[in-house]
This record gives sequence, structure tokens and C-alpha cells, in this order.
Amino acid sequence: MKQIIVDGLKYRYPGAETLALHDVSFEISKGELIGVIGRNLSGKSTLCQSFVGLVPHFYRGAYGGKVIIDGIEVKKSTIREMSRIVGMVFQNPFTQISGSKETVYEEVAFGLENIGVRRSEMIERVEQALEMMDMERYKDRSPFDLSGGQMQRLAIASMIAMKPQVIVLDEPTSQLDPQGAEDVFQAVERLSHEGWTVIVVEHKLEKIAQYADKVLLLDGGRRVDFEIPSKVFSRGDLEKHGVTAPVYTRVCRALDCRMKDSDVYPVTLDAACEVLKKCP
Amino acid sequence: MSLIQVKNLSFSYDKKRPVLADITLDLDGRSTAIVGQNGAGKTTFVKLLKGLLKPDFGEIHIGKTSVKEATVASLARKVGLVFQNPDEQIFKGTVRDEVMFGALNLGQDKETAETRAREALERVGLGHLSETNPQDLSLSEKKRVSIASVVAMDPEIIIFDEPTIAQDHAGKEQIKHLIRGLQEQNKLVMTIIHDMDFVAECFERTLVFNEGKLLMDGLTRDVFSRQDVLHQAHLEPPSVTQLGKKLGFAETFLTVKELVSGLRNGGNR
Repeated sequence: MKQIIVDGLKYRYPGAETLALHDVSFEISKGELIGVIGRNLSGKSTLCQSFVGLVPHFYRGAYGGKVIIDGIEVKKSTIREMSRIVGMVFQNPFTQISGSKETVYEEVAFGLENIGVRRSEMIERVEQALEMMDMERYKDRSPFDLSGGQMQRLAIASMIAMKPQVIVLDEPTSQLDPQGAEDVFQAVERLSHEGWTVIVVEHKLEKIAQYADKVLLLDGGRRVDFEIPSKVFSRGDLEKHGVTAPVYTRVCRALDCRMKDSDVYPVTLDAACEVLKKCP
Repeated sequence: MSLIQVKNLSFSYDKKRPVLADITLDLDGRSTAIVGQNGAGKTTFVKLLKGLLKPDFGEIHIGKTSVKEATVASLARKVGLVFQNPDEQIFKGTVRDEVMFGALNLGQDKETAETRAREALERVGLGHLSETNPQDLSLSEKKRVSIASVVAMDPEIIIFDEPTIAQDHAGKEQIKHLIRGLQEQNKLVMTIIHDMDFVAECFERTLVFNEGKLLMDGLTRDVFSRQDVLHQAHLEPPSVTQLGKKLGFAETFLTVKELVSGLRNGGNR
């Protein structure tokens, strides 16, 4: 069964003249890692907010179509209920730290305390979340004494301790240095291998190409494509939709070197290297 | 010609742990990227250049002016700094007023400030938003407003802190174009940046900071050929450089065009 079904989703913010999302449909299976790409204002963040119910319950506006997550229709549910199913992490790690806890460990426990989880279960869930994010060694540190990448992994750990079914990350690495960004993506990949469904909005297309199972390309609030990365990034009209292909793909395209027995270009360093070595 | 001279510069916030230690370098007119991990001292370094912080030891000269002796106001004419977070900079009610503010403060008359603001906004692709409240803009637009504000002040030296954050393809192209235009106006353009592909395409010279020290200072191509230095600073070369190396080329490629032509010609493998 599909875990997320988006069917004919249309949405217009109050007072806006144009639709932010225009008849968007796709389905996601449990455990898939989905990259959402597109130019700014293409509808990526609005789509993220439609999973957790901020669209339409908080922003109001005109809404049509359906978003169904784990069998629950978002429009008929509440933000409160949806936020137990869908966990979100935003761009800026600083704004997601509570500021009231002295250690990383307590910070991860904070959300669980708020919903009254038993102590023994709390300890188990905090330790599991820290391990998943490779953050155990920082558990006694102050959250403000972390690098950007560590802080973002702390934000993700705090969210996964709440055990959501779906994880939505809106440009989680934009403020991080290269090492921090890579660490976050490796952590996200572990989540997906553990069976979590992950949706990540990202401008770093090399990372999406490397880690995502599928890519959703949006433009002007419409779905342009929803396919495996090599298919999306091999589209000839990508730039028309405000996106450039990864460097590796652009090099292979310029030399017309395609993947073996296929009409798509490679999208990762290793695949490009292999293809270019054999390409006449 | 040397525009900025830095000699034995050291700085620490708490007077215990040094954030920068013994930095010596000369900056000329070449566009310069400053790279390194979060916490390497990059932002502290540019704040010192602008006189927002005062060195514990060492000297900084902007032209003939010693930063230690100059006021922040007098340095503002020479050095413009665009902060990483535009919310630290933006406070006016309209985009136009925001972009005019710095220029007016430098003593320009209203008409000149308005013309400069209009031109600067056109250069970052936001000419159509001059009457909008900056708080209603997206992060990528706010970042470009804060860039325009500094460009409108027309300083000789312009320093960006992570200009490409939140920018999509079009936004990045706009910033690339702006940087090239500023260089043509003979301004020194410097930027702190994590996006190595952008560095490779836009900057002639690169400074690598690591744990408060200047690990390497050289032509961008030479810096990206030094895998050992990049590794020590926890950085990776640009994607195109990595692909070239993996394919066995001895050259360090900085653009897709260079690598493609290297592959077409057989190159030095």
C-alpha cells in the first residue's frame, strides 16, 4: 500500500491570485527517499506544508484534491494529529533548538516529555535517535556548542524520537559546510534504510542525484516529473524549468555519453566516471 | 596593487581561545573566495576587515588607512559587507528605502541614492519589487535585497558572506553576473562560501581557513589541485575537479567546459 497519496492537489494562499499548487498528483511507498526540486516559488515548501496540515488548516486559502498519509486524509484531520505522523525539519538549525535545555540529550527528550512518554521508554527513544543521527558522543554537550551540521542532526534526532511515520526536510543543508551537508545526507539515508519515508527539498542536486530514490520536479506549482534521478536529470528541458543537472550529467550530455543500454545520462560521480571511460 | 594588508592578525572573543591566529596576507584586486569549515574563523576575519571587531594583535590596513585607528563610519565608504543572514541587516518598510538607507547614510543626496538603489536592485533582478515590504519577501529575495543595499553604497571592496544560500539556478546566475560586473568596475570582490562549484567558476584566488589559521592562499586552480590541503580543511574539490581527477587527468579542471574539452582532446592522462 502506498504511504502517501497526493491526488489532484490544488492550493491557493489567501489573497493570492495564482495557485501555489496546481493539480499535483503522485504516490510514495513506505521507506522511499524522495527529493523535491524546482526553482524558488515552484511550490516545494507549500507541498511540504500540505503533508503536516499547515496547508490548509493554518494558512487557510482555497484547497482542492486530496493528500492521504497512512490512510488519513489531511484535510479532514488536524495539524495536531498530522504532526504526530509527519515530522518536519527546516532550513535554519538555530531556530529549531528549544533553547531551554542544557544538553543534547535533554533536548532530544524535550518533545517526549511534552507528550508524557514513560521514563524508561523515553530513555530508549532518546538513545535510539541519537544513535541514528550519529550524535551519541555529543549527548552531554550544550546544543549551542555544536557545529551547524551537528545542530541540524540534533533537530532531526529530536524529531525522530517522536516516531513520526514520514519525515519532511525543507532545505536541511543550505546553511551547512560541505562536510556538515554530507553528514546530514548520510544520516537521512540511514533513516530511509530503516524504513522511514523521507521527503527532502534541496537545491544541492548532486546530493539528490546520489541519495534519492525518486525526484519530484515542480515548476509553477505543477508536477513536471516524478521519476528516478537519472531520468529527471536527463531531461533536455531541465533549464527551462529553472534547474540545472548535476555537473556529472552535464559533462556526459555534452559528449553524448549515455548509460549502458539506456537513453539516460549518469548522475553521480562513479556512474559518470564509468560511462566516460568507455565512451568513444 | 595591494588593497588590503593583513599582518600577524590574531583575535579571540573570550581572550582565551584564539579564533584567528597570526594571519598575514595581502589582498589585491583579484576576486577572492574564503573557504573552510563552519567555525574556521572566516566570518570573524571579514568582520575584522570591516572594523566591526578590533584585532587583539596585528595590523590591518585598507589602502593607507589602519583599521585600528579608523572609525566604522569611515570604513563603511571603503568596505561593504553583506551578512549571511539578511534579517540582521533589513529593517526598513520598503525594499527601495532599505536599499537607499546605506547610501543616504554616506551623505549622498536623495536623488543620487534613489538612482543608485534602482540600479542596484536591477542588478540583482529585483527592480520590480521596490515598493514591497522586505519582510514579505522570500529568503532568497531578502538575500538579494541585502546585496543590493551594499552595492548601492558603492564601496571599493565588497565582501559577501554565503551569497548563494537559498538561491536557485536563476538566483545564482544573477549573483554570478553581478560579481563579474563588480570586477569589471575594478572593485575587490571577496566572498565566504561553501559552494566549491561556484568558487571554481567565479573566483581567481582562494583562501583556505582551518581552525583559525590560513592553511593555503593561492590561485583557485592551485588550491583545488591540493587534495591534501582540502582534506585537512574538511573540504572537497568542486564536482568537475573530482570527476577530472577520477578520470585520471593530471590537470585541475574548474568548469564543465574545460573538462569536456579535455575529454575531447584526449588530455593529459
